[in-house]
Amino acid sequence: MPGLGTSFGRGGATSFQQDLANSDCIVIEGSNMAECHPVGFQWVMEAKRRGATIIHVDPRFTRTSAVSDLHVPLRAGTDIAFLGGLIRHVLENERYFRDYVVNYTNAATIISDEFRDTEDLDGLFSGWDEDDAQYDPSSWQYRGAADVGAAAGKRSMYAGEPEAPRGEDITDVERDETLQDPRCVFQLLRRHFSRYTPEMVADVCGIDEELFLRVADALTENSGPDRTSAFCYAVGWTQHTVGVQYIRTASILQLLLGNMGRPGGGIMALRGHASIQGSTDIPTLFNILPGYLPMPQASKHTSLADYIMTSGQGAGWWANFDRYIVSLLKAYFGDAATADNDFCFDHLPRLTGDHSHMTTVTEMEDGAVEGYFLMGENPVVGSMHGALHRAAARKLTWCVVRDFAPTESAEFWRTGPEFDRDEVRPEDCDTEVFFFPCAAHTEKEGTFTNTQRLLQWREKALDPPGDARSELHFMFHLGRRMKALYADSADPKDRPILDLTWDYPTVGEHEEPDAEAVLKEINGWHVTEGRFLEGEPVDLFTDLEADGSTAAGCWIYSGVYAGGVNQANRRRPWHEQHWVAPEWGWAWPDNRRILYNRASADPDGRPWSERKRYVWWDEESGRWTGHDQPDFMATRPPSYRPDAGATGVDSISGTDPFIMQGDGKGWLFAPTGLLDGPLPTHYEPQESPVENLLYPQQANPSRIEWVRRDNPYHRAFDDPRFPYVLTTYRLTEHHTAGGMSRWVSWLSELMPELFCEVSPELAAERSLVNGDWATITTARGEIECRVLVTPRMRPIRVGKRRGRTIHQIGLPYHWAYLGLVTGDNVNELIGFVADPNVSIQESKALTGDIQPGRRSRGRRVVTSGPLVRALPDGNGGARDLAPVDRGKEPDEHGHRTGQRQRREDT
Amino acid sequence: MSVSPGIMPTSDESAELRAGSELARDHRGEFDRGHGHALPAGAKGFFTDTTVCIGCKACEVACKQWNQLPDDGFVFTGTSYDNTGDLGSSTWRHVAFIERPGAHPTTGFADMSWFEGDDAPSAPVAFGPDPQGGGDFSWLMLSDVCKHCVHAGCLDVCPTGAIIRTEYESVYIQPDVCNGCGMCVPACPFGVVDRREEDGRAWKCTLCYDRQRDGLEPACAKACPTDSIVFGDIDDLRAIAEERVATLHERGVDSAYLYGADAASQPGTQGLNAFFLLTDAPEVYNLPPDPVDPTHAVGAAWRSALVAGAAMVVAVAGAVLSAAGARR
Repeated sequence: MPGLGTSFGRGGATSFQQDLANSDCIVIEGSNMAECHPVGFQWVMEAKRRGATIIHVDPRFTRTSAVSDLHVPLRAGTDIAFLGGLIRHVLENERYFRDYVVNYTNAATIISDEFRDTEDLDGLFSGWDEDDAQYDPSSWQYRGAADVGAAAGKRSMYAGEPEAPRGEDITDVERDETLQDPRCVFQLLRRHFSRYTPEMVADVCGIDEELFLRVADALTENSGPDRTSAFCYAVGWTQHTVGVQYIRTASILQLLLGNMGRPGGGIMALRGHASIQGSTDIPTLFNILPGYLPMPQASKHTSLADYIMTSGQGAGWWANFDRYIVSLLKAYFGDAATADNDFCFDHLPRLTGDHSHMTTVTEMEDGAVEGYFLMGENPVVGSMHGALHRAAARKLTWCVVRDFAPTESAEFWRTGPEFDRDEVRPEDCDTEVFFFPCAAHTEKEGTFTNTQRLLQWREKALDPPGDARSELHFMFHLGRRMKALYADSADPKDRPILDLTWDYPTVGEHEEPDAEAVLKEINGWHVTEGRFLEGEPVDLFTDLEADGSTAAGCWIYSGVYAGGVNQANRRRPWHEQHWVAPEWGWAWPDNRRILYNRASADPDGRPWSERKRYVWWDEESGRWTGHDQPDFMATRPPSYRPDAGATGVDSISGTDPFIMQGDGKGWLFAPTGLLDGPLPTHYEPQESPVENLLYPQQANPSRIEWVRRDNPYHRAFDDPRFPYVLTTYRLTEHHTAGGMSRWVSWLSELMPELFCEVSPELAAERSLVNGDWATITTARGEIECRVLVTPRMRPIRVGKRRGRTIHQIGLPYHWAYLGLVTGDNVNELIGFVADPNVSIQESKALTGDIQPGRRSRGRRVVTSGPLVRALPDGNGGARDLAPVDRGKEPDEHGHRTGQRQRREDT
Repeated sequence: MSVSPGIMPTSDESAELRAGSELARDHRGEFDRGHGHALPAGAKGFFTDTTVCIGCKACEVACKQWNQLPDDGFVFTGTSYDNTGDLGSSTWRHVAFIERPGAHPTTGFADMSWFEGDDAPSAPVAFGPDPQGGGDFSWLMLSDVCKHCVHAGCLDVCPTGAIIRTEYESVYIQPDVCNGCGMCVPACPFGVVDRREEDGRAWKCTLCYDRQRDGLEPACAKACPTDSIVFGDIDDLRAIAEERVATLHERGVDSAYLYGADAASQPGTQGLNAFFLLTDAPEVYNLPPDPVDPTHAVGAAWRSALVAGAAMVVAVAGAVLSAAGARR
């Protein structure tokens, strides 16, 4: 989550859901919290009971809107315009929390004279390299400090390698605490957002100015020393080609209002599954190692020292980077990892380019991927462009699927519309598919890391049936067999497998590995040579060393096994302890429930107000204290100031709450770390009904496209073939791709069929009948669904003088071809196009067409060829940077714009 | 920095915070502590507050799972988000979704009584989206259930004694006694009781009698994330409900009222052990405005029949006598 990570320092929800009850105003945007997080939503309802204002900003009127005080029906894909309008409102009406902004953010920091804003360059920032279709961020840097590093996101952007640890000269940064210098962040921000006026917001988003101002008033009246407001978002913000910048916009707003690090404030990132936060902390991602350490790159990181130099920081908490990577290597490779061999750093695989999901699938389709593991995932339904996934999977040699039932992703060789149409025959598919039944969550033990970074241990209630096994069992025994297979190898390339520590104790007849032993490994321990996992567990990441004397599988989780106790297994209810409930489970880091909570006190360390008291400086004991574990150096007084030239953790002043950041400040302006600009800018989605009213640049210039025959795009705007906006979402009654719900009768009966939601006006325009059928088409495919006509969907008027009416079609995406209830697969309508920072697809705003009746013949562009006639003007007069080629040789797997920096010469 | 199991404030502070905590009463915890022991006898029931219902249907699923009820078939109804239709033999909790034209009942002001200082915010706080917020209609949700009437028609007409009133004052159909005669079905003024096609017997909510016997609250209330469904002693529930109505009235939601909370407001049933907080007319939620237990008037009917009979006897006698007299 680089949106939060670059702004505040860590890629995780900054608060906890129970704390929402303390909010005076909650803005839910990019999330349908009541439907998708109904359990956590109880705390929103509790806030409402206490008198808080609940605002839901969403294209659709949902179950969340139904219990909110205000519903703002904006056009899908325009959140930066809306939030940017709020930022402008806060700045121009002086509604920002001045003391907070001056002391805790980089508002006062002076930016390089080289920097040029979108105001100067028609919607681009300085540093745009047209040939490479990417930014060189060097002009975005702080004046005075050559190279401040980002705490998250792209820590080593392609602008070159540092010669000294990044940010070592941080104390040289120039600041103007009067906020008057025209080059200071505050003034740059004002200028950048100056065109986001209420009128512009109305025209772009399609909402009345009055409604916009009501939101602005509710938010500003409920922010300040005495009051706090919170934001909640989910994939309604992330699944866009500018998704990371959506979150950045909210981060800027919350910093200006002084709502970060304070009770009832913060930004609640709502994750979509039980342990999605956990799967980024201990990642299933290609580009990070556990604890948000970047994956080494092939051409840059030839030695451990190089890697630490590039990835660590000279200032802020990341100065401890070496301790974390060395401890990780010790956990991975045990006694084999020594100072003499760089702790087996060379055993780690190196990145040679982009290996994100969509890239991997296109490479698979092009025959470059041999095997595929799918665990707890049904990408044929859950990800975009399912037909391309199926076609790609049919090019594999082998595929392993672990799930409860053979899902669409296991049955790609015989299930799908292309089989019904006889375009593909099962006997022509050579892929060998291994299906493994898996244990359900009640049938295995371990932890979930939930949406608020909280690790909760769960017991095994019963044995899994038959051959079903846990993931832990599968991976452990697979690893053990691989070690046996290579046991006699003298080939150096096999050393990583042989050196890997893998001696977990096992229990029972099936030799189930002990999950607590794995938790202890993750926590870390003081190493005793020759004995894996034996030795005192470390109490916290501050115990970790860079000399090989400690090992830890994920430094941010250090403390979860402190004192040899499974801290995640604590279950004291809040009413037997404290409303913060520190003894229920364990949150990373260091059981801190609200991050950056030093900001809940003023610069002198006193609470901003009695009502919002949370963490404060206790002069008597010389420590920070309060309701939560302080997210700060426990004994560093508010009065501490770093000496000139101070580096590392010493560079963090007693008034710097964002300790992961090189400068200790919340970043209103991100001088590095993001591939698409230091400030959020409204760009239209890849496929939009309208032109970008704000800038001549239509869409995010850095977005990743896959220009391929099997991945056609619509015209960038005004495509006459696809006049409507499509937006996809989930319902309470089903679980994402349906693997956990479409096979359950009690859930299936509640939402038995795929349907679309349309307004009465659109129904009239296209003769759609409630309860009847409709066909929805994009250039990628066509699907049929039932029609639900409802006034909860409403036409939106946009454009100058709001003269243009836009219809939006809502599409829940849970159904596909297998299970108790079946239907078409919505995500087959969506193409491959991604945010440059996180490679996430754009499924929340695209264009399409709808016709009444069952006209779909199940065509998919991947197997059926082009579905729609080409427009006479070729690419459709899209007003955008000329796509892709620019004299470059086409990529083997299709052209891509943006992101060239990810592709290295190997 | 080090982790200890208890890192929080001093014990004094903690006690103060616990006492002063504004967090909602956790209605659930009260019952689970008695796990293993039957709840004490006495009237128990549900208070269903529709103003905090989010329509998640967790109650429907929890009910079906605990009671192992079959599905109702997989039919898309095209009726808002409701695909199970109504209460029936295999749906004992049912969430109704009402897409209603017109703004949500009322716009009011937030309770700012706790706020001290001159700059108390004056922003009006709507209760549910108002027209400017795109809320020129509203989406009401209500989790319906057997009302466990104080005067229960189904119980009164049951000829076999299969339907009994339990020690918790709930109305319970004993499946091993029910002979499927179906008398109870038309006797329910709410249309709750329903016979299952496969076996002909009548089925409905048991108020999770089995769970109560084990000291647990009913499955639906346990699963409800927002405490829209609250289970407890009827007297306590009435107090909570009346307080909630008063709070809503204070905030300007004048339309909030209790449906079936007592005999005075619903004489036809003598009150419901599962009552509701509504913000619009009962008919809007598909509830009868004035439900009457059909046996409610049986006594009066017999009395008036007796009176009529006696009058008839008198009249006939009089006629005979007068005729006799005339003959004289």
